[in-house]
Amino acid sequence: MPITREEVLKIADLARLHFDEGELDAFTVQFQGIMDYIEQLKQVDVEGVEPTSHVSLAPDFEKHMFREDEVAASLPAETSLAGAPDAAAGHFRVPKVL
Amino acid sequence: MDIRDAYVVRDAVNAGEVSAREVAEAALRRIEEADGTLKAFLTVEPERVLARAGEIDRKVKDGPLPLAGVPVAVKDNLCTKGLRTTCASKILEDWRPPYDATAVARLEAAGAVVVGKTNCDEFAMGSSTENSAFQATRNPYDLDRIPGGSSGGSAVAVAAGMATLALGSETGGSVRQPASFCNITGLKPTYGRISRYGLVAYASSLDCVAPMGNSPRDIALLLSQVAGRDGHDSTSSPEPVPDYEAELRRPVKGMRLGIPKEFFGEGLDAEVRAAIEAGVKNAESLGCEIAEVSLPHTPYAIADYYIIAPAEASSNLARYDGVRYGYRVDAPRDLLDMYQRTRSTGFGAEVRRRIMIGTYALSSGYYDAYYGRAMKVRTLIKRDYDLAFEKVDALVSPVSPTPAFKIGEKSSDPLSMYLSDIYTVTANLAGVPGVSVPCGFTREGLPIGLQLLGRQFQEGALLRLAQSYLDAFAPQAPALRV
Repeated sequence: MPITREEVLKIADLARLHFDEGELDAFTVQFQGIMDYIEQLKQVDVEGVEPTSHVSLAPDFEKHMFREDEVAASLPAETSLAGAPDAAAGHFRVPKVL
Repeated sequence: MDIRDAYVVRDAVNAGEVSAREVAEAALRRIEEADGTLKAFLTVEPERVLARAGEIDRKVKDGPLPLAGVPVAVKDNLCTKGLRTTCASKILEDWRPPYDATAVARLEAAGAVVVGKTNCDEFAMGSSTENSAFQATRNPYDLDRIPGGSSGGSAVAVAAGMATLALGSETGGSVRQPASFCNITGLKPTYGRISRYGLVAYASSLDCVAPMGNSPRDIALLLSQVAGRDGHDSTSSPEPVPDYEAELRRPVKGMRLGIPKEFFGEGLDAEVRAAIEAGVKNAESLGCEIAEVSLPHTPYAIADYYIIAPAEASSNLARYDGVRYGYRVDAPRDLLDMYQRTRSTGFGAEVRRRIMIGTYALSSGYYDAYYGRAMKVRTLIKRDYDLAFEKVDALVSPVSPTPAFKIGEKSSDPLSMYLSDIYTVTANLAGVPGVSVPCGFTREGLPIGLQLLGRQFQEGALLRLAQSYLDAFAPQAPALRV
């Protein structure tokens, strides 16, 4: 399936990525090559096959996926903020939104 | 002080014959000597290492520890509290995690000493360790070649004697392949065997913490300390952790080994093929029975992996937005500009490429055709393994179709790099364990690894086979270049 520059730009926008004009053509060609290779999945007969989103490991595995909703210790706010590029007044600070 | 064997180190430290500090000093000296050339480590803080070793020296006075003073290298996508953890990415260049990964915490509780954080492909995306934002790691058997990846730094740390054991991670072969390129042993455990808590997420349904060492015996020792259920990771398995040391003592005679014919087709290097075929004969001479088996969906595995892994990555890596941690671009115009430019300049080319593939595959109108179909093909790949394991106890194959390639050889052609994972990715898609064990060298002196794949939670059987194999047939290694 041919992929256009416009589609690449649309996907980049969804992914919050930006491609410079100078790299866009080369990227589109490479992206097309990879997606063309992936097309071969269409040759596989998957009629009636259940999807595997996760390799579940035991018949009763789901019961281990959930725990009681109990209060437990968590990281102090100042520790959580310590790695932020811009923290102020106990919050993460970002450019003005409104 | 020889630090190549974990049992030798821990027994000596427990007996008080040598201090953990002396062991740590030996590891640091070797790093000082070799790593300027090899570039396996991104972060080494000697004072921290020695302080930690000093704590172990005090602790062993109260009783022996299973990994007393054993130097361990840790891949830089595993969180280490207060110690820089970059994922080899500019976007996390100065990040110091506020907590330890469970695997790291358990190793330290067992007496191990983390000597440093190792280089890898950015966010573990790659097969050569060239996709690091900081440096390209060199293969100690040929400095012009890659060490494999993405856990290349961890492999080189062990292979070159800078650490006794290492933690890497696997999503599609990232420990088995560098182990095979560096003449060491690497284990990809069953999905869920080791907690993923604190392993920076790439593709959550595939990611595993995976150990590397100079022998299967050493890896069994490490695994017995880090495996098992962890409340911080709901996908960690409640399956009891067996006594791996006891498992290693059981016989291999009579084990049935399958040769998956799809792993010996076009594209397999002649020298690698010859080494693996000789390896199969060797296994037969240990009393194993050999049978041909088929994994018919193998030809679709790379395409399947390159939908599923990027799809999960595109979601997991959404968290790097310049808000809560890591890098933020200077002087953003507004919030959207901050997101876009932070991510575009913070991520390298391969990470951006996979985010794009994943976003495309999950986008409206394409979801069923790509991700939906890929999940069904994954079922078929897993079923291939289930059927094979009805007939045999383990599978034997090459790890990689070629030995280590030259630095730069595949970096401009991402698809050719992806295809080099053909023999390893299916184990991740199916969730089964696999071991890479040294089995020979090419005429040029490059290591070749043999892969053993087993049923879920049969790490003990794989490590036993691998250890028996090495005890009888360990290849004679040429001298390291450093």
